[in-house]
Amino acid sequence: MDPECSQLLPALCAVLADPRQPVADDTCLEKLLDWFKTIADAGSSLLLLQENPCLVTLLCPVLKPQDLSPRVLAFLLRLAGILAAQEDCFQHLQQGDLLPRLFGEAGPLGGAAWTAPTVRSGWIQGLCSLTQHPSALCFLAHSGAVDTIFSLQGDSSLFVASAAGQLLVHILGLSMQAPAEGHPSLQPAHWPACAQKIVGHIEESLRATATPQVTQALNVLTTMFSHCHDPWTQVLWVHLSPLVACLLEKDPVPAAHSLVDLLLSVARSPVLSSSSCGLWDTLAQTLSRLRASQAGPLALGILKLQECPKALRAQAFAVLLQPLTCVLEATTQAPGLPGSSGPGLQCGVAAIGPVASSEACAGRGGDPTDGELPLAWPPGSVGGTADAPLTAGMLLPSKAACVGLLCQTLAHLELLQPLPQRPSPWPWAPLLSAAVTILRLCNGSATPTSDTGTHLCAFLAGCVRVQRAALDFLGTLSQGTGPQELVTQVFAILLEYLTSPDSSPTVLKKAFQATLQWLQSSPKPSGGGDLEPHAQLFLRELLPVLPKRLCSPCWDVRDSGLEFLTQTVRRWGGQAGFRHALLASEVPELTEQLLRDPESYVRASAVAAMGQLSSRGLHIIPASPGHPGAQQKSLLEELLHILSTDSEGFPRRAVMQVFTQWLRDSHADVAADTEHFVARVLRVASQDLDWEVRAQGLELALVFLEQTLGQPSSSCPYAMTPPAAAPPSLVAQALQPFCRVQLFDFAFRALFDCDRPVAQKSCDLLLFLRAKTASYSDQQGSSSGPDVASLEAALQRWQAGDQGQPLGDLEPEAVVAVLRSLDLEGLRGALAESSDHAEQSPLSLLQDMLATAGILGENEADCY
Amino acid sequence: MKLYCLSGHPTLPCNVLKFKSTTIMLDCGLDMTSTLNFLPLPLVQSPRLSNLPGWSLKDGNAFLDKELKECSGHVFVDSVPEFCLPETELIDLSTVDVILISNYHCMMALPYITEHTGFTGTVYATEPTVQIGRLLMEELVNFIERVPKAQSASLWKNKDIQRLLPSPLKDAVEVSTWRRCYTMQEVNSALSKIQLVGYSQKIELFGAVQVTPLSSGYALGSSNWIIQSHYEKVSYVSGSSLLTTHPQPMDQASLKNSDVLVLTGLTQIPTANPDGMVGEFCSNLALTVRNGGNVLVPCYPSGVIYDLLECLYQYIDSAGLSNIPFYFISPVANSSLEFSQIFAEWLCHNKQTKVYLPEPPFPHAELIQTNKLKHYPSLHGDFSSDFRQPCVVFTGHPSLRFGDVVHFMELWGKSSLNTVIFTEPDFSYLEALAPYQPLAMKCIYCPIDTRLNFIQVSKLLKEVQPLHVVCPEQYTQPPPAQSHRMDLMIDCQPPAMSYRRAEVLALPFKRRYEKIEIMPELADSLVPMEIKPGISLATVSAVLHTKDNKHVLQPPPRPAQPAGGKKRKRGSDDIPDCKVLKPLLSGSIPVEQFVQALEKAPDH
Repeated sequence: MDPECSQLLPALCAVLADPRQPVADDTCLEKLLDWFKTIADAGSSLLLLQENPCLVTLLCPVLKPQDLSPRVLAFLLRLAGILAAQEDCFQHLQQGDLLPRLFGEAGPLGGAAWTAPTVRSGWIQGLCSLTQHPSALCFLAHSGAVDTIFSLQGDSSLFVASAAGQLLVHILGLSMQAPAEGHPSLQPAHWPACAQKIVGHIEESLRATATPQVTQALNVLTTMFSHCHDPWTQVLWVHLSPLVACLLEKDPVPAAHSLVDLLLSVARSPVLSSSSCGLWDTLAQTLSRLRASQAGPLALGILKLQECPKALRAQAFAVLLQPLTCVLEATTQAPGLPGSSGPGLQCGVAAIGPVASSEACAGRGGDPTDGELPLAWPPGSVGGTADAPLTAGMLLPSKAACVGLLCQTLAHLELLQPLPQRPSPWPWAPLLSAAVTILRLCNGSATPTSDTGTHLCAFLAGCVRVQRAALDFLGTLSQGTGPQELVTQVFAILLEYLTSPDSSPTVLKKAFQATLQWLQSSPKPSGGGDLEPHAQLFLRELLPVLPKRLCSPCWDVRDSGLEFLTQTVRRWGGQAGFRHALLASEVPELTEQLLRDPESYVRASAVAAMGQLSSRGLHIIPASPGHPGAQQKSLLEELLHILSTDSEGFPRRAVMQVFTQWLRDSHADVAADTEHFVARVLRVASQDLDWEVRAQGLELALVFLEQTLGQPSSSCPYAMTPPAAAPPSLVAQALQPFCRVQLFDFAFRALFDCDRPVAQKSCDLLLFLRAKTASYSDQQGSSSGPDVASLEAALQRWQAGDQGQPLGDLEPEAVVAVLRSLDLEGLRGALAESSDHAEQSPLSLLQDMLATAGILGENEADCY
Repeated sequence: MKLYCLSGHPTLPCNVLKFKSTTIMLDCGLDMTSTLNFLPLPLVQSPRLSNLPGWSLKDGNAFLDKELKECSGHVFVDSVPEFCLPETELIDLSTVDVILISNYHCMMALPYITEHTGFTGTVYATEPTVQIGRLLMEELVNFIERVPKAQSASLWKNKDIQRLLPSPLKDAVEVSTWRRCYTMQEVNSALSKIQLVGYSQKIELFGAVQVTPLSSGYALGSSNWIIQSHYEKVSYVSGSSLLTTHPQPMDQASLKNSDVLVLTGLTQIPTANPDGMVGEFCSNLALTVRNGGNVLVPCYPSGVIYDLLECLYQYIDSAGLSNIPFYFISPVANSSLEFSQIFAEWLCHNKQTKVYLPEPPFPHAELIQTNKLKHYPSLHGDFSSDFRQPCVVFTGHPSLRFGDVVHFMELWGKSSLNTVIFTEPDFSYLEALAPYQPLAMKCIYCPIDTRLNFIQVSKLLKEVQPLHVVCPEQYTQPPPAQSHRMDLMIDCQPPAMSYRRAEVLALPFKRRYEKIEIMPELADSLVPMEIKPGISLATVSAVLHTKDNKHVLQPPPRPAQPAGGKKRKRGSDDIPDCKVLKPLLSGSIPVEQFVQALEKAPDH
């Protein structure tokens, strides 16, 4: 600890110990604890205590806890824990009998202060820090703290309860470490007393009839198997798994979610997964015992496992697919009839059926409970017909359950699909069919063929949540392949959603996203670069719908329509069929009108869309019928107008992005007079109040620099290695245009911008420039002269915060000289530090806390 | 308790409830879909319509060619349009004591009932309902009377001939009862029988029942009705809305604990969400106008138009339509726009508060001030000089059979630049358009019906928990076109009782109790004896006095004090006064005859 802090510490301790002094806030105390932790980690806590006796004095008032605020009391408990983590310091505190009085019966435990959750939490965290050595274990055993921790597992505060569970795991782990140095004992009966006590408590809880107790035990075990992978955990699992299996026999299965978490954490544990400790059987049994909504997460977890028996994976996949199978069956089969109607959907049932049924049956291996359980759907009958409506009815008991289950299933499958360990072959076709069917049920266009179907229809009609989930999933499915007939259905349902006036704005947004994904994934015909005829036909049908969306009274609909347009033009703007259809529609004209939309987000999207249309040559200036004489403003002028006058940041940022892109692509309007363009844009951007606009201005400046000076040889424009410098004469010539467009004025000003990202970007830009001009400045050598002096003076003024005066005309020589004289690397280093690094020192923390206390004191004096 | 169902139209109901010696008519809606079978009445001579070929039977017999004309494969009656009246034979309408009106759309048959059936009772309705109802009737009469039609076709109605006609004429029901429109005189006379009421006002009917209107949230002044006695409660829910539009929100709480809930007037387009439809309306309007086309909106002069104008008020600037004129043409356009602004107490809270600012509650006032919205009584006169295209025209009648809309259909129908947007859900747009085929103009169907949908109904029923629900049969099964949509029907326990036109329902509900008052002096004389804790009994000797459906127990008449003061004297002078028969004002009742008459009348 540095001497300045040591000097302040006694005063601070006095403030903290004084019950009349209110403590500033929790964050200060947290920071203080962090600081003590750093000191303790770096050196000896004992030394710290000896050098700062005030700390011991501070811990003493805990003995009269009623005088202290709960915050300070919790702080002191945690501080004591941090200090006592080192065994010598622990002994020192023990000698003073301080620890038992802090954490034992004599302390806040059981007193009035104990009612505050903060204090209970501090007590647990203190013990957690303290329990690092065998002496601590003895202390725990003698003080009876473990029993208190047991009771805190059921605490009313969730934070306290969860911390208590974690502390138990911590204690168990530590107590097992000592014997584990040798061989783990095979019998828990030979484990250390403390470990036995905890394991006994867990066993007892698992046997309990009350669900909360079972949940607590399962949560403790989950934490343990997730974090501790020592060999003894395997012994523990073998010991406890019969009790866990007993839980499965209860109806309903208690604490199902926690049970799923536990089983998955055990399955993921490297110590256990390879062993034959009956885990797979338990998992299989659990899958068949849980309700569909509970089994879903378990099935997903099993499928995500790296190693797992094939049969179990098949069973898990069947469970995961159950709701979708049910949906497909409900829309294809009449009850009792083995036949079906739609060939596409039938193929779906058939394909999901066998995958699920044959393998799953093998995996389940004649489960005795099978068939008696009302809530589980025997996977063997997934493809069956006779009992399907009944099962489905149980699977989908109410609207809320049905919607929740379907959303969960779709989300799970969406998560699973991109993983390498997903089931193979992935059933693209039936999944597609299911997604399409769900969407049809939601918009009422599906024709159910059974009672279940009718119920599903009633549940799902108009349900926005399911529509969103299904559209998301449908979008993900675009990465695979499906039969052409199904792809046709996909485009048909997407078009229905995009056309329907009943699609809510969020659903519409998802529909646009899914459409884009499907269009992007549709294969290109071998012959030319144009869209696949199928997708092209779809786009041609969609384009008449788009104008309606662009005219919608809901701004979010207009916005997502524009975003879709931007993406499609970016992707297919060069293709004749698309261009033709787009130009024939009213879309380009409407998009331009949306530049003046009242909603700023829409204006921003319209700017992006117009930029894209113009880049692709799809923006035609319409002859204005009303005023034939009046010259229509060019798009460039219109965008500049937005940049200089729009009151909202989003459209201005969008304009800067479009301009940067135009400059990169050498857009015709820009290429006509690039210098003039850059000068105008930079002039406007430098005045902008939005830092993102200024930062984007620097990006544009950088593109301009690169285009003029040539890209650096390395791939990274901000590379540290000096790129090959240009010949001096060329550089001098090259710097002229930058001076003319006043790029330096903008960049130097940005260097001292009050927003750090702008300053950083400017710093990078100037470093790049300096590297480029290195040889030139070497030759010139001089760094003096009237021009340089005035420039440096201006920079100093700017750094001091006076941004008023412009630089005026600059000579390249002066710029190069200033670039050399500036400590850009140093500035970059300073900017890289977080903005509060100066204020984060422990000294400033102590000063702040004392100052706050002092100020409060003065106020008090004033009052009297 | 019985319900006589006089109309089969679920949103234009007309039912009669017999309850505790009162006969109450609930609404008298007029089914105007019958007019779709008639040729439009053009305001300006239309060569196309007047030169349509006459229709002849398959065998070439052309005796009907004066009455029936053929247009694009459809056959229309060339006559003054006629309306399908509520059933008049099912019950003697002169016995109806009161008529309760729930909203201005459900009173359009009122003149037929009050003027031609011997009705002598009272009609109850809220003030906006009466005023706007009057406007609707006035407009209807005006539309029809200003285009006098020389002939009135009746031959085709002959049952034997009707059988030979093509659909839909062949299938039209009760054509013999179809009637021509009423006159303004009849309207005035009918409206003079209305007594104005306010929400939650309690109206005593003969002391037997109490009726109370409640806000229903659907239109200005629209109401649901509570009809209750001391021990029974019947709720009549007709045309209610839970959406936030201009009227006062629906009062649901007061509907709780009903024995019977009669549920009518749900949305006619249960699959369309009004918000989506308004969006569709605005987008299509903007697209058409941007391309230089005109937009025609066939509509009623009151109701959804207020909300549409409000939406457009917010939308036109953002859509760059500020220069496009909006025209509202109706004989009652001015009154409708102005009336809407003065019924502040009947508006939603938001609009009410505006009045105190003070600002007009509806923004169409500003549209009028800024000349963006102009209104005219007819397309003759000022309108023709102001008319500028492209424009948006709101005008009636939504059936496209009469009113200024006929002219605009003829004028704009030939250009594909123009669009007609249907917002009123009462008429099938395909049938409405039939006499205008072939039609080049675009047609957009955006029915905006803010009345309850089935999801809202099921929530409402869960909330108010009536013992029995009675509704039109259409609501107890999914719509025929979407037979799998089980969500599009009323789902409640016990299942709703359904009714259809010309049906009499005995409501599954027995009256068990009647309230009887005890006079204070009689109550004083009672000596209750506690037979169980909390239960006391007393014997009462009293005279039951019944007048105006109120029952009162009065102390028995004291025996006359003997004149001589001797206490124990019994004799002939002990005969009480009541035995003395006073002559009745009505003359003597022939008892035999009276009892026979009572036996014959089944409902009393």
